[in-house]
Amino acid sequence: MVPLNWYLMLSAAVFSIGVFGFLTRRNIIIMFMSVELMLNAVNISLVAFSHYLQDLRGQVLVFFIVTVAAAEAAIGLAIIIALFRNKATAHVDDMNEMKG
Amino acid sequence: MNYYLLIPFLPLAAFLINILFGKSLLKENAHWVAILAVAGSWVISVATLIDVMGGKTLNQDLYTWVSSGGFKASVGFLIDPLTAVMLIVVTTCSTLIHIYSTGYMHGDNGYYRFFSYLSLFTFCMLMLVMANNFMQLYFGWEGVGLCSYFLIGYYFNKKSASDAGKKAFIVNRFGDFGFGIGIFVIFLTFGTIYYEPVFSQAGAFATKTVNFLGYDVHLMTLIALLLFCGSIGKSAQMPLHVWLPDAMEGPTPVSALIHAATMVTAGVFLVARCSPIFSLSETALMVVALTGAITSLFAATIGLVQNDLKRIIAYSTVSQLGYMFLACGVGAYTAGIFHLYTHAFFKALLFLCAGSVMHAMSGELDIQKMGGLKKHMPITYWTMLIASLSIAGVPGLAGFFSKDEILWMAYSGPSPVGKLVWLSGTLVAFLTAFYSFRLIFLTFHGKFRGTHEQEHHLHESPKSMTIPLMLLCVGAVASGWVGIPALIGENLGIHNYIAEFMKPVLGHPEGHGTHGEEMMVMLVSVAVGFAGIGLAYFMYMMRPDLPGKLATQFSGAYKVLFNKYYVDELYSAIIVRPTIWIARNILIGVTDARIIEAIVNGVPSAIGGFSRQLRKVQTGFLHHYALIMAAGVLIVMGLMLMRSW
Amino acid sequence: MLPKLFFGYFAFAIIVLSLLVITRRNPVHSVMWMLLLFFQIASMYLFLNAEFIAAIQVIVYAGAILVLFLFVVLLLNLREELLTNRFISAWPVGLVFAGAIFAGAVSAVAAFVPNFSGQYTVDVINRETHTKALGQALYTDFLFPFEIASLILLIAIIGAIVLAKKRMRS
Repeated sequence: MVPLNWYLMLSAAVFSIGVFGFLTRRNIIIMFMSVELMLNAVNISLVAFSHYLQDLRGQVLVFFIVTVAAAEAAIGLAIIIALFRNKATAHVDDMNEMKG
Repeated sequence: MNYYLLIPFLPLAAFLINILFGKSLLKENAHWVAILAVAGSWVISVATLIDVMGGKTLNQDLYTWVSSGGFKASVGFLIDPLTAVMLIVVTTCSTLIHIYSTGYMHGDNGYYRFFSYLSLFTFCMLMLVMANNFMQLYFGWEGVGLCSYFLIGYYFNKKSASDAGKKAFIVNRFGDFGFGIGIFVIFLTFGTIYYEPVFSQAGAFATKTVNFLGYDVHLMTLIALLLFCGSIGKSAQMPLHVWLPDAMEGPTPVSALIHAATMVTAGVFLVARCSPIFSLSETALMVVALTGAITSLFAATIGLVQNDLKRIIAYSTVSQLGYMFLACGVGAYTAGIFHLYTHAFFKALLFLCAGSVMHAMSGELDIQKMGGLKKHMPITYWTMLIASLSIAGVPGLAGFFSKDEILWMAYSGPSPVGKLVWLSGTLVAFLTAFYSFRLIFLTFHGKFRGTHEQEHHLHESPKSMTIPLMLLCVGAVASGWVGIPALIGENLGIHNYIAEFMKPVLGHPEGHGTHGEEMMVMLVSVAVGFAGIGLAYFMYMMRPDLPGKLATQFSGAYKVLFNKYYVDELYSAIIVRPTIWIARNILIGVTDARIIEAIVNGVPSAIGGFSRQLRKVQTGFLHHYALIMAAGVLIVMGLMLMRSW
Repeated sequence: MLPKLFFGYFAFAIIVLSLLVITRRNPVHSVMWMLLLFFQIASMYLFLNAEFIAAIQVIVYAGAILVLFLFVVLLLNLREELLTNRFISAWPVGLVFAGAIFAGAVSAVAAFVPNFSGQYTVDVINRETHTKALGQALYTDFLFPFEIASLILLIAIIGAIVLAKKRMRS
């Protein structure tokens, strides 16, 4: 039997890779994919918890996360299109307008 | 639910209706709402009086207003004989003056505003007299003060009127400051501000003293004198009397209602209401009696030489209020309230007659420019004559009975200053008769001394004004008949009804004197009244040149009196100007410019400077924000790990 | 032993594919690797006895979200993308942060002891079927969040259209 902690370690590793990608990539689409990666890392741990603790609530949560991820992808990609249309670039370090 | 509760809330409803819809909907019909409401209050007040005469009293909380720790205050009503009499006085005068105002204020721009203020005033006054605790009393007290301010400054685009309003408000602050502290001391002493427990426990504190600034002060004297501070301000006694003559800048119905019949008598009501406290302190009573006596003498002498029609009556009011305090000060609270009640009728009548004269003279107030109005306005003349006879103490009229009662109580009562205040009261009775008839003779008799145009314009006032005059005239004659002294009444089988009625609340000190002495006091007061009238007749009808001669011969005394003893000038020099100097040079010059503005400007510029530094964090680069966010995640994570270890 | 071998394979594949996703220069390649990654994750869900979640992982993530990504990548002109730097110049900072988060998570996991046991054992789920069991939970205990999720999706649809549509020249 595989211990629960192994799944959690795997989840932590994927999450950290997602964080690294988000913090360092210049391309906004890849950054966005990193976010999806982090969400999937969380899903892995939730499903693993659900299986090992014999409770379905973890999976219900995964269901909602997938829903929100879909919504977020739609909105986020729409923003990227609007941004690309105005700035003609997908590199976020070419933009510095997000300030007061 | 008790129907007594409608008494104050009907005028409140009228106020709300008029202030909300008066300008847009009611306009020229604004008086209907106000008159119906106050007349309704009057009807219920009469019913209340009948109930109370049947022995019924009420002490009921309606709504808890403040409840904080041991402190509790509520909107609550106390109905007892004292309240019942005050209700009759307030609602009767208010109703008649509302009706009078429809004629007097006709065509005024602020018609609805005037009536809404009158309703609000009536509401506050009724709350004041019906209170069952000091907090609500204070609410009504300040409420009537506020309405007084509104109504004195009713013609707000006239500078003298708005100044007079401010003066009334500020002068009252001095008195109310003491009054407020008095209520605090009551709460500290008794742990409650309700009348009933306070008055029933007052006896237990009769000999208690408190240390105040190193002196041992008799507690009841302290409370009584602090409360009396409020009375001094509101009832325009020395040395805070200066606002009342200026308050005559308001419309005349206001002078009649607020500055003669009701609000200014609130001080007397307060002393009577708190009689269980005052009675425990001989010192406080003596202060009350002497303040009343001095004020009445002082104001009466000023009244002798004034030429402004309304101001003469105003000084007469101050003088008569002094009389009421004089009565309370010798322990004859019933006599004080009796005089309050009769005075309300004849003084309101005098003011309304003065308003009627003003109406005919197109606003002219100088009695030197009048004369001979008798034939032009007979109703005003006769009613005013009766009011003056009443105030002069002519036997049979209302003023005679109440004034005689006060003088007899002063003479025969246990007060150590009783004989002294009796003497001054008698002198005042003489002066009162004199200046009242000086007014009558100069205004209504002789030849007209104004311009030809004014003479052409002279006319009797409309019915809406003369009918209230005649009704009040009935009061000025008959209201005293409920208090016929034993000396006269015994033989006729008539009791002194008001004294018996008030006995459960105010007590009734028996005079220690023989019938002979009582007869002597009465005859003296009648004699000086007639002497005053006679002297006025002699000086202004038979020898009209005499007053001028006297004025030049005793020009020093005349000037002092004419300038009202220079009290206003004195206050201006010792209070107003130093205050303005301090305000201008210290408060504006130093505190405002150096301290407050330094803080006010310094804080924003400090925030601005800090923000300019902080803005550098906001680079606009997404990665910087992401890094900061990751750092935040790390910090939260670290904190949670640290907790679990 | 066999389950551990399976887990080892999945763990290895998922980590390698994740690294590939975030390091590829061409976004199209990233999307392709991510597609593969999602299939691996879905397989692992099957291994964890969660077939409905595996199904939505394939249908929603792989089928919908990734296709959306692919469309967007293809809509944008990415020719010059291939000639520039992939990472920001300060990428070691990111590495440190990610490493710190990993270390924190690992230390937390090491201290974790499962001490809870619910009623949905493998046997129960097998008897009821996984989809029915999940559906029952969703439509009873989680009905209200479920409805809210539908609202979120509606808002996302409207938002996406409003944001991405071309502005009319007025």
